[in-house]
Amino acid sequence: MSAPGRAPGAEAPARRRGGASARATSARLAPYGFLAPTAALFALFFALPIGYALYLSVRKVQIVGLGLGPDGREEVWAGLANYRRALTDSELLAGALRVLGYGAIVVPVMLGLALFFALLLDDERVRGRRFGRLTIFLPYAVPGVIAALLWGFLYLPSVSPLTDALEAVGLPAPDLLDGAPLFGALANIAIWGGTGFNMIVIYTALRAIPAEVHEAARLDGCTPLQTALRIKIPMVLPSLVLTFFFSIIATLQVFNEPTTLRPLTNSLSTTWSPLMKVYEDAFTGGDIHAAAATAVVIALVTLVLSFGFLRLATARDRREENAR
Amino acid sequence: MRHRATATCVATLLTATALGGCGAADDGAVRLTYWAWAPGMEEVVELWNEANPDVQVTVKKQASGDELVTKTVTAAQAGTAPDLVQAEYQALPTLASNNVTADISAEVAGVEDAFTPAVWQQVTLGTDAVYALPQDSGPLLFFYRADLFEEFGLSVPETWDEFAETARALREIDPDRRLTTFSANDAGLFAGLAQQAGAQWWTTETDRWRVAIDDEAGRRVSAFWEELVAEELVDNQPMYTPAWNQALNEGRQIAWISGVWAPGTLATAAPDTEGTWEAAPLPQWEPGANVTGSWGGSTTAVTTDSEHRAEAAEFAVWLNTDPEALTALVQTCGIYPAATAAQTGEALAAPPPFLANQPEFYETVAEVAEGAAPAAWGPNVTVAYSAFNNAFGAAAGRRAGFEEALAEMQQTTFDDMDRLGFEVVQ
Repeated sequence: MSAPGRAPGAEAPARRRGGASARATSARLAPYGFLAPTAALFALFFALPIGYALYLSVRKVQIVGLGLGPDGREEVWAGLANYRRALTDSELLAGALRVLGYGAIVVPVMLGLALFFALLLDDERVRGRRFGRLTIFLPYAVPGVIAALLWGFLYLPSVSPLTDALEAVGLPAPDLLDGAPLFGALANIAIWGGTGFNMIVIYTALRAIPAEVHEAARLDGCTPLQTALRIKIPMVLPSLVLTFFFSIIATLQVFNEPTTLRPLTNSLSTTWSPLMKVYEDAFTGGDIHAAAATAVVIALVTLVLSFGFLRLATARDRREENAR
Repeated sequence: MRHRATATCVATLLTATALGGCGAADDGAVRLTYWAWAPGMEEVVELWNEANPDVQVTVKKQASGDELVTKTVTAAQAGTAPDLVQAEYQALPTLASNNVTADISAEVAGVEDAFTPAVWQQVTLGTDAVYALPQDSGPLLFFYRADLFEEFGLSVPETWDEFAETARALREIDPDRRLTTFSANDAGLFAGLAQQAGAQWWTTETDRWRVAIDDEAGRRVSAFWEELVAEELVDNQPMYTPAWNQALNEGRQIAWISGVWAPGTLATAAPDTEGTWEAAPLPQWEPGANVTGSWGGSTTAVTTDSEHRAEAAEFAVWLNTDPEALTALVQTCGIYPAATAAQTGEALAAPPPFLANQPEFYETVAEVAEGAAPAAWGPNVTVAYSAFNNAFGAAAGRRAGFEEALAEMQQTTFDDMDRLGFEVVQ
């Protein structure tokens, strides 16, 4: 957000007249008036909850004796005990590793597909582009839980039409909800749902490339493939960086898909992803303090990873600019 | 102008919400809110409201089962809990430990005799307090496809050894069918089976808890199922999935160990099999014994937030012991009442519609219910159940390691209590 600047037109006459101080005051206060709603909403729905989560994370519940009745529990200062527990929790670490494996499938495949589709739709010679754009984007409009339910039905061996089809041609049907295929099955849901969104972001950037650049490339004898690789991709790099950034955050926060598929299989634990662990601590274990600490840790890791990546990307940009 | 209009609207809405939240009544009547999930509970409560204009109860369907527990605890922390709440037996220690349910021993004196000691003990948690009144119970029975049992020449197993033999015989007759499945996604059934074997997962000893999930009874039950799963005599996939529904509906699973409420679930899961199921007593560890465990069943609890504890308790007593209320509960909500007098009543003369082929269904249930082993619940049942999901889920998937899974469940449960500061031993 830019600093609240005063409109020059309003400022100049006030200064000339000098005596109209009431007007000057109101002009000085006006920007704050405009800022107030945003500031209030930010404080109420962002800063305050984060502050409260931080507060909760350094407290804990202390049970007395049997822990029954009105005097059974009290809230006490915990220091960093909750953080110590979160950081040494092998289940949280295992969940983070699982999510890394999942992200290693989701991010490259989803962004690769999104870029591929965007380039395809940007090509004037491709027919039915409007229709293509809509159909590729449509899965993004399906809520994650619904998508996971739909795919869950397709994955369950005994009710899946996939299994029937494979068996009809004499191939063994894999159990997609077990072992290594499970990662692919989960990633598939995210890719199916997320490709459309990322494609639109990249496509919009592609459309913003000036026509003369394309023309110059054509005149210089670029083939369409060369135009895509040497002109278009470098020019939409900022949106690729942006989509990568969003994808990393979405991956770290994966919750809907594994939670929805969990009842269908023995292979998904209630703490499969870090956020599921937070949910488990808060609502199964009833320990909001441990959950708050874990949530803060996850938020910090997300922050470091995503901004680390952004910094890396912008540093590279700057180096290239200097080189030019 | 438009902004001001919006602001006024928002202010009005907020005021309306605030007013709607409080229980002020113009006519001087006490107003109670009751969070419950039993279908048709509104109709039963209507009977009370007609007879008691001074105490008006409103039923609100917020959530069911464990979800309602979470919701109630959260509401209580915010000071907005309802006056009454439907809670499953295993949730009571959690609610009592969060100081959500009030001790109503003074208000319900003399009601104890309406229930069996095994049921009553679950609402007192072995203390002098009374944290809720029992509403329904869920004794475990053996539900089986009578038509297929006859077709395959199988007999109803009376002991667990016979159960294993039946499972083996069925697989030999038809390799595509299984007797049942070992499901790791609802610990309630496993808890019931362990109770039958004599397990007391949580007990109180004056001023401390004892966690005994990994005991002789638990090991006996888990070793029994591990063998069945390892030899693929039973399936290892979870219940309540589309695949499970289909297996039941198509007769690829021909039996289900479940609570007395099973006919309702079967009617949804396997609608094509109506009229082919029957219920028999649970197979026994000792031949000729009559012991069963419980799966499910719920209570009516009064919250500490309630400003009308006496009236709320009075309503809870009426709902769970009055003959008229119990008849309505059975007929409208389809529950199996916990009050002993109601278990032989007129309302239970006819079997549930799905089991119309077994006219003596409720007689069988009444006999089985007499042998219901006492259950013992602790303050972190949800943690233990979740540990069961994870540990036994992995073990069932591998078809091995049930013993380790049980030990893990014990350890997770104990560690959780120990960490929170409970006086606990194992």
